[in-house]
Amino acid sequence: MTGQTYDIAIIGGGIMGCVSSLELAEAGMSVALFEQRFLASSASGVNAGTLSLTGVRSALSPYALRSIDLWQKLSERLGYDIHYRRIGSVMAAFTDREAEILTERVQAKSQQGVSLELIDAKKARELEPALSEDVKLAAFSPIGGYANSSATGRAFTLALRRAGVAIHEQSPVTRIERKGDGFEVTSSTGVMVHARRIVMAGGSWLGGLGQMVGVDFPVKWRVSQVSVTERLPKSVKRVVAHAYGLLTLKQSENGTILIGGGWQGKGDLERGPSEVLPQNLVGNLQLAMRTIPILKTTRIVRTWLGLHAHTPDAMPIIGPIPGVENAFVLGGVRAGFTCGPYIGKLFADILLGKEPELPLFHAPFNPARFNALSMAKAG
Amino acid sequence: MSACDVIVLGAGPAGASAAIEASKAGLNVVLLDAGAAAGGQVYRAPPGSFRVTDAEAMGPDFAIGDGLRQELAASPAKCFFGRSVWHIAPGFVVRAVFEGNTEVYEAPTLIVAMGTHERVIPMPGWTLPGVMGLAAATILLKSQRILPGENTVVAGTGPLLAAVAASILKGGGKVAALVELSTRMDWVKALPSLISRPDLLKRGFGWLGELRAAGVPIYRGHALTAITGDAEVTGVEIAPVDAQWRPLAGQRRTIAADSVTIGHGLVPSTEVTRLMGAKHEYRHEQGGWVALRNEDFETTIPNIFVAGDGAGIAGAAAAALRGRITGLAVARRAGRKIDASRETTLRAQLGKAERFGHAISDLMQARPGLIETMTPETIVCRCEEVTRADLDSAIRDGARDVNQMKAWTRCGMGPCQGRMCGEAAASLLAAVQGGDRSKVGQLTARPPLRPIPYEAIVGQFDYADMELPEPQPG
Ligand SMILES: Cc1cc2nc3c(=O)[nH]c(=O)nc-3n(C[C@H](O)[C@@H](O)[C@H](O)COP(=O)(O)OP(=O)(O)OC[C@H]3O[C@@H](n4cnc5c(N)ncnc54)[C@H](O)[C@@H]3O)c2cc1C
Ligand SMILES: Cc1cc2nc3c(=O)[nH]c(=O)nc-3n(C[C@H](O)[C@H](O)[C@H](O)COP(=O)(O)OP(=O)(O)OC[C@H]3O[C@@H](n4cnc5c(N)ncnc54)[C@H](O)[C@@H]3O)c2cc1C
Repeated sequence: MTGQTYDIAIIGGGIMGCVSSLELAEAGMSVALFEQRFLASSASGVNAGTLSLTGVRSALSPYALRSIDLWQKLSERLGYDIHYRRIGSVMAAFTDREAEILTERVQAKSQQGVSLELIDAKKARELEPALSEDVKLAAFSPIGGYANSSATGRAFTLALRRAGVAIHEQSPVTRIERKGDGFEVTSSTGVMVHARRIVMAGGSWLGGLGQMVGVDFPVKWRVSQVSVTERLPKSVKRVVAHAYGLLTLKQSENGTILIGGGWQGKGDLERGPSEVLPQNLVGNLQLAMRTIPILKTTRIVRTWLGLHAHTPDAMPIIGPIPGVENAFVLGGVRAGFTCGPYIGKLFADILLGKEPELPLFHAPFNPARFNALSMAKAG
Repeated sequence: MSACDVIVLGAGPAGASAAIEASKAGLNVVLLDAGAAAGGQVYRAPPGSFRVTDAEAMGPDFAIGDGLRQELAASPAKCFFGRSVWHIAPGFVVRAVFEGNTEVYEAPTLIVAMGTHERVIPMPGWTLPGVMGLAAATILLKSQRILPGENTVVAGTGPLLAAVAASILKGGGKVAALVELSTRMDWVKALPSLISRPDLLKRGFGWLGELRAAGVPIYRGHALTAITGDAEVTGVEIAPVDAQWRPLAGQRRTIAADSVTIGHGLVPSTEVTRLMGAKHEYRHEQGGWVALRNEDFETTIPNIFVAGDGAGIAGAAAAALRGRITGLAVARRAGRKIDASRETTLRAQLGKAERFGHAISDLMQARPGLIETMTPETIVCRCEEVTRADLDSAIRDGARDVNQMKAWTRCGMGPCQGRMCGEAAASLLAAVQGGDRSKVGQLTARPPLRPIPYEAIVGQFDYADMELPEPQPG
């Protein structure tokens, strides 16, 4: 296995690395995939699993919409049920300011072709009877849904193996060296491969990966918290969100309610996510209870956290790495779980020489925008 | 928020002893425990309404426990019972639920003495009503004076079996059989170490004598392979085991019973040290993963100390001694004057107690063949209804680590957070990796340490006063 040559080496086994590996391998490329832990054991395996437009930046809406279409068929494609469910989503506003923000966001997203409409309190409570009576204004979208993120790793392990991808788990890449027009990629565990092209899909760890080829990606990380209740009788029908994007909540088929919304905990790249911040847990749960009052009588079983990548402008970092031929970066997508299947596929299309359906290496995503920034500063 | 010098978590023999020593040496100590009184597993206090008229009849544990409770009450340590600890932040800020509300305690030093939980290796029928662990049976017997049933099979491994069986007899119950995995040879091999505590050894023989006198059948070198009955227990099936405790085929025997009490040994409870990111190592003979520590029982996280069975199973006597030494060490390091010769004496006593405790603990450790009592249909994770077949299928698909197994199957995701199913799942994973438990890792610990009421987290609040952060980028 070691010393072999591949068409492409992908570093990072999150949803971005997994989807693109699968697409490329199924199109006939030989692919080696490196993951420092296990496939989808970081953000892609611990996220809240919400698949909706609520947490997606407006500019990414067209990608998210198409991705959600792919999610519908993903279980079948991977040959393993990751419990995708489309149940519609309700975003709630309780104050004038919240209603204002909600109205703005609905307008911006509608312009991007998202089916999202403002509804009054009465309609909102018809669509989601568990919603608080205090709701002032709401928005409904029929396409909101969720999947079970913890099943991602298993589903992709099976599919990638079938597609012939050489999977190297527990193999952190620590060295990338140029060899001719290709690369030699080596892990700290002694796995070494040659690859004509490389893709950095290392999520929060992109900064360190970039340094291996002498590039500074301004990628930092955020540490989001998610909580889950014990099982309850079926009581929440939709994905429920808040106008500010600080809450997403839904009840899984097993009866547990998953509560997220990007409230921050602590963690770093070395130890991973490490500390739940109680004040943010309290804030998240208070907002959830204000929105869905029946939560008050439940019990919380666990709060966990995960690292996900964050760029200075909160936009993706996707494209050729400036100055390093045949090397690419793929990450920094907010709500990357929602967008992963489509963006991973677009990315593979480009590498396969196809015309992408939507632009992907364009200026808003392209890593060169940051180099321009830093050079401008230096100059 | 209440601030002090040291917070001790757990008021078993270890935590109570640590609190006594540290507070007597002049430190301001807060002791927290979920139970209603100090004593922990082994010296569990009888309920408040229960008046002891004949202390002698209660056995030596009662007297030791009562002595400890009195010493603690007389010490300057501030004890808070009914507090279930659910979160600890660095520094250290401890959150505990008391009567539905969260209380916050703060101290620069933490002594963790949260004891153990039972190792559960399931077999068909173990989820029937009437089946319980030794700990649950002990709680019933010791603190509520209730028998597990009318005719009880006591099965598993270690000296607790005989102790519980003898208590059942004493309480007027019938023991259908004692089914033990260890053989007489295993006990004989442990004897040289057990002799270090002749008093306890004598007590053990005493229990066995009582069982024999009552005509209780004793099966050594046998495993419980199934519990039978549809809605309730009607009996058990047992089989002899090989040296690795694999049940031998074709030699099953059935025993009628209406209840079963099972114990497959104890596992140190490490959720706090895992939560805080301390380093652990796998020590088979001490019950499993234990926090790495120095001779003062300080972990790899400065100012977090571990004491008692939570630092590795060594029994009640060792737990109390470890607690006293930790309490003294913490006081010494805080610049308080302590009696150094006393510390030396305690350390010498600890060596002896640990020798006994480790020998007993070693006898209780599950051997690899025991996983064969789980048939494919056996439910391993009760919370999420995951069977052995589900776990085997995940292993075939490539699962290698306990957290990965949890993600792939949901085993351990429910309210018990793996306390019940964790050992079985880890043993199955280890079996395909050369039996090496250290390879399969430890479950990540996260708050709340126990499921807690939503309201206990959010507290009383007014929607109008809620301060939301800035909206996420749109
Ligand atoms: C059923 C049973 C019987 C036993 N009998 C014997 C025996 O006869 N002889 C012997 O040597 N050993 C016995 N042991 C082993 C035993 O656990 C001890 O050696 C001894 O109790 C260990 O003392 P400890 O202080 O370390 O822990 P424990 O006595 O277990 O005390 C731990 C304390 O921590 C508290 N706690 C745990 N989690 C939390 C939380 N989240 N919040 C607040 N409080 C918490 C518990 O309520 C408990 O009081 C027995 C164990 C069991 C399970
Ligand atoms: C708690 C939480 C909740 C979230 N909720 C949602 C949600 O509800 N909906 C939604 O759409 N999105 C959500 N997200 C965001 C989403 O999970 C991420 O955007 C997405 O998973 C990112 O995928 P990725 O493949 O880019 O990164 P990751 O999943 O982080 O994958 C990167 C992988 O690269 C590996 N790696 C890094 N460096 C190396 C190296 N040197 N060698 C080998 N491997 C390496 C890492 O181990 C990691 O597995 C949430 C995120 C978190 C943390």
